[in-house]
Amino acid sequence: MIRGKVWKFPNDVNTDYIIPGKYKFKTLDMKELAQHAMEGIDPDFAKKVEKGDSIVAGKNFGMGSSREQAPLVLKYAGVSLVIAEDFARIFYRNAFNVGLPVLICRGINEKVDQGDLLEVDLRKGKIVNVTKKIEISASPIPDFLLEMVESGGLTEYYKKYGRFPWEK
Amino acid sequence: MYNVDKTISEKILSKASNSDAYAGEIVVASVDFAMAQDGTAPLTIRALQEMGLDKVWNKERIALVFDHNAPSPNEGVSKLHTLMREWGKKQGVILYDVGSGVCHVLLPEQGHVAPGGLVVGADSHTCTYGALGAFATGLGSTDMAVVFASGKLWFRVPETLLVSVNGKLPKGVYSKDIVLTVIGKVTASGANYMAVEYAGDTVEELSVESRMTLCNMAVEMGGKTGIVAPDRKTIEYVEKRLTKSQYQIFSSDPDADYLSRLEIDANDLVPVVACPHEVDNVKPVTEVEGTSVDQVYIGTCTNGRIEDLRIAAKVLKNKKTKPITIIVPASREIYLQALEEGLIEIFVKAGAVVCNPGCGPCVGTHQGIPSPGYTVVSTANRNFKGRMGSDEAEIYLASPHTAAATAIKGEITDPR
Repeated sequence: MIRGKVWKFPNDVNTDYIIPGKYKFKTLDMKELAQHAMEGIDPDFAKKVEKGDSIVAGKNFGMGSSREQAPLVLKYAGVSLVIAEDFARIFYRNAFNVGLPVLICRGINEKVDQGDLLEVDLRKGKIVNVTKKIEISASPIPDFLLEMVESGGLTEYYKKYGRFPWEK
Repeated sequence: MYNVDKTISEKILSKASNSDAYAGEIVVASVDFAMAQDGTAPLTIRALQEMGLDKVWNKERIALVFDHNAPSPNEGVSKLHTLMREWGKKQGVILYDVGSGVCHVLLPEQGHVAPGGLVVGADSHTCTYGALGAFATGLGSTDMAVVFASGKLWFRVPETLLVSVNGKLPKGVYSKDIVLTVIGKVTASGANYMAVEYAGDTVEELSVESRMTLCNMAVEMGGKTGIVAPDRKTIEYVEKRLTKSQYQIFSSDPDADYLSRLEIDANDLVPVVACPHEVDNVKPVTEVEGTSVDQVYIGTCTNGRIEDLRIAAKVLKNKKTKPITIIVPASREIYLQALEEGLIEIFVKAGAVVCNPGCGPCVGTHQGIPSPGYTVVSTANRNFKGRMGSDEAEIYLASPHTAAATAIKGEITDPR
């Protein structure tokens, strides 16, 4: 169960907003990079966000570059889940690979406001808006991605099982 | 009746996965070539090390390219370059070190992209190689680690948006104007998860390099790849680099399922720019003509090839640039060709700065970070706020002709 408050973002949040290129090329230290998470669109985000919190965004979240640092800095900043109308495809894959769950949920923005408290059951794809007392269904996550993200990402999955999630 | 006709993308992914695959299915496919660059390779290497995978699947089918920050602008980057260099040498993979050029220009040029093949790159603009009739798409670093180790990965077979461009391109209008116009219509998310297939007599008339510009920007509308069915020009291009047994020609069947279609009449096209801060914020150059410009950048994986430099040189010959003008030949081969043709001399005499092959100032780390408040005209593919290193710079994307004309006047200029 993921429990935390909501940070809302618009459509087309790109990876340069999530982690600007000027920082990400210098280091693999994600704790350091996480201080700049979302800096391009909300300069104080990294200071405000707390573990368990979710990002709720519009269409095409994570568009742009293939930088895996984008989902990584969100995860290290404390973001536990991203829910969006839909995602850019590379970001979607990268998020699961680094162990940051993401949910596709059409219409989520009409049912959730900034600061609302959410409780999310990833396996069921069930989102409860505790503040507004409503339940919302998200598109189910394919099984192999769910197993992967529950293990903490692709690397962790491989370390645990000695194979990749899609291999029999 | 069940439709057995396939798109070119469905055919290539069927072949690569040894299955009969259609859009929407998830397949595990064998990769023909894999690449990572200096912004993504370090995380790939770290993932491999964490998983204890110390041997690559095929060292001749893996390349590491030093292009996004090359030569290194600071010690942090230098250390990551060293990590790449040392790991690459130990594994025996292909290394394109500092000064070789931009990954997306190097791979086709050096014969690593075969029509009918499946190519992946840890860089979103990997979709460029679809111009040769390959299926090529961008991945993140951990996915790339899996490919480096196993040569395989899961893919969702994409639906296709068919963009048909027919008619004669007017003077001063180029493939960059075509693709920017398409993105303006489709929007930044309009082709999400889809293959963007370009067809029509205008596309047939374009050089292979110009088709690369079309495919390069497929990701700017969310596309998984851009793709053009190979023809005589493609074969001429690859025959200089590959043997017949190394490639296979596919094209879409007449009744293939397209999720959507877009028709463009080339006769109606005009020079356009993508205005700040979205790539789909596309306007005719005439609407923003006269906007004062502080910096011009001609180069990148979108428009840093020899034909682009020739266009720029024709405009800049015996003229002087007003704003800071940075020109970057996209690969060493292009640089040498440009030297031989006297293009570099024209640029330098015009007052431009010519930097070494690589990504140049496109990603905002070196070689021309605009000052806050500066307006930039660039031939690159992204104009996001902060992209070039300053949150307060305004970036317009344009063709090399528009960019060069702008460099002379110091304001956004219609090249016609």
